[in-house]
Amino acid sequence: MPPVSVDGSLEKLRREGHIVIVGASLAGLRAAETLRDEGFTGTLTLVGDEPHDPYDRPPLSKQVLLGRVPADHTGLPRRRALDARWRLGVAATGLDLAAKRVHLADGDSLEYDRLLITTGVRARPWPHELEADLDGVFVLRTSDDAAQLHRRLNAGPSRVLVIGAGFTGSEIASACRERGLDVTVVERGSAPLVGALGGVVGEVAAKLQREHGVDLRCGVMVTGLEGDSAGRLRCAHLSDGSTVEVEVAVVGLGATRNTEWLASSGLGAGPRGIACDAGCRAFDVRGIVTDDVFVAGDVARSPHPLFGYQFLSLEHWGNAIAQAEVAAHNMVSSSTERRPHVWTPSFWSAQFGVNIKSVGVPPMADEIIVTQGSLDERCFTAAYGYQGRIIAAVTFDQAKWLEFYQRQIEQAAPFPPEFTTVDRRPEGMRPVPADFPDPSLPSHGPTVTLSGHSPSDRRISFTPLHA
Amino acid sequence: MRLVVDLNRCQGYAQCAFLAPEAFTMHGDEALMYDPQPDDAQREHVLRAAQACPVKAITVEGTDGALIAERAGASRVG
Ligand code: SF4
Repeated sequence: MPPVSVDGSLEKLRREGHIVIVGASLAGLRAAETLRDEGFTGTLTLVGDEPHDPYDRPPLSKQVLLGRVPADHTGLPRRRALDARWRLGVAATGLDLAAKRVHLADGDSLEYDRLLITTGVRARPWPHELEADLDGVFVLRTSDDAAQLHRRLNAGPSRVLVIGAGFTGSEIASACRERGLDVTVVERGSAPLVGALGGVVGEVAAKLQREHGVDLRCGVMVTGLEGDSAGRLRCAHLSDGSTVEVEVAVVGLGATRNTEWLASSGLGAGPRGIACDAGCRAFDVRGIVTDDVFVAGDVARSPHPLFGYQFLSLEHWGNAIAQAEVAAHNMVSSSTERRPHVWTPSFWSAQFGVNIKSVGVPPMADEIIVTQGSLDERCFTAAYGYQGRIIAAVTFDQAKWLEFYQRQIEQAAPFPPEFTTVDRRPEGMRPVPADFPDPSLPSHGPTVTLSGHSPSDRRISFTPLHA
Repeated sequence: MRLVVDLNRCQGYAQCAFLAPEAFTMHGDEALMYDPQPDDAQREHVLRAAQACPVKAITVEGTDGALIAERAGASRVG
């Protein structure tokens, strides 16, 4: 049944309106498909700053760096025909909320009836500009980044430096080792993945890296990158006074949200992302929700009922799709038919031959318990607890258990878990502190950033990360 | 042909790697590594793999009816 609206304006929008999507990556593409699935027959325009067809990023740090898949072979499959106008290779530079117009870098502008913002994030560059420009210094976010880095790895550098041992940095280190390259990983936290998974699991990740021959240095920062007279990277200086000779450095210091173009728009956009309600409608700077501007994907910050209505920014593949689908549905639906975005955070990483998966929000946790398997065997399931309930779980090569824990999280099941587990080892008998770093200290980006206050507990406040 | 695997859903059952080894391989015990753009000659195998996946994690372009991949470039404006 077509949605009814008092003045018929919704039908008109669905029939002949103009919807503009700024951000032509995973979230933008899936939103566009959903709009057509929902029966939107008006004009659909996708704007993307990269010149490429929407492509998938997770393979870039894995298959592509390993040389199994060319960097330009990760284009996302279409779920359906789109009949869209594409403005690729041109960035949006401004938004006029009153005139309902998006300004583009080529001087053009697009008028919209509804706007969806899916501009995502970009890699945070090495903060020192001259050093960042040295030949041999890379970031890894786009397929062009991956193509360049892959080419350089093919040349067989004597040593690769990975700065920051978050998921991307760890995956890059893994690919380098698999290719037989010498790798030094420098992480300012106490262990790899510590910001995302805490110290207990971080310790396992550290052992994994060292077993695979990574020269891992934790609790250390890179203080400077030095080039030779030809401007080629020669070595890195570390905060412990040591120097590492490297030909390639990959900066894995997390991501920056692409919101600068909205700076004077009046939209509630900043370094943490764009705040929106559970229905993906953007807030303006006054904290009033807009009715024609929607947000989805990595750039969005939305309140999650499972986690005390805190605003979550999730740089997660699955979140981008789920949120895009909800946003698209809501853009062409009347208010009573709108849906909330209540996706349970989930992500995966493959590194050093291990499949790591997580569900929920581990950085919220204060305690962790190993419920199955064994940390020493790198094959386990661990549950995270926060104030007596399960709020996250992580598996190393035990993905099959994750769905069970997802239900536990969604039902706010008690922590420590009351069920008897199939395979409980001594280390799993008692919860221990989850050991997350102080969130106010900068580190490489955890994949989940929490901010704002939960109504039931005002203690939790996660600050944005800066390089 | 283009494909993507929802690795949140994938549980590493490896049916796909068995049915279309050119496109899907296991990396370690549980991690799936796939070719997002396998050769069209693999189409039969890939479609069979997608169908066999117990958690329906594999999306292959052009399996819903008659969609022939329209490339962004073809309809690019401006
Ligand atoms: S068949 Fe499905 S679940 Fe199994 S490995 Fe392949 S994609 Fe994953």
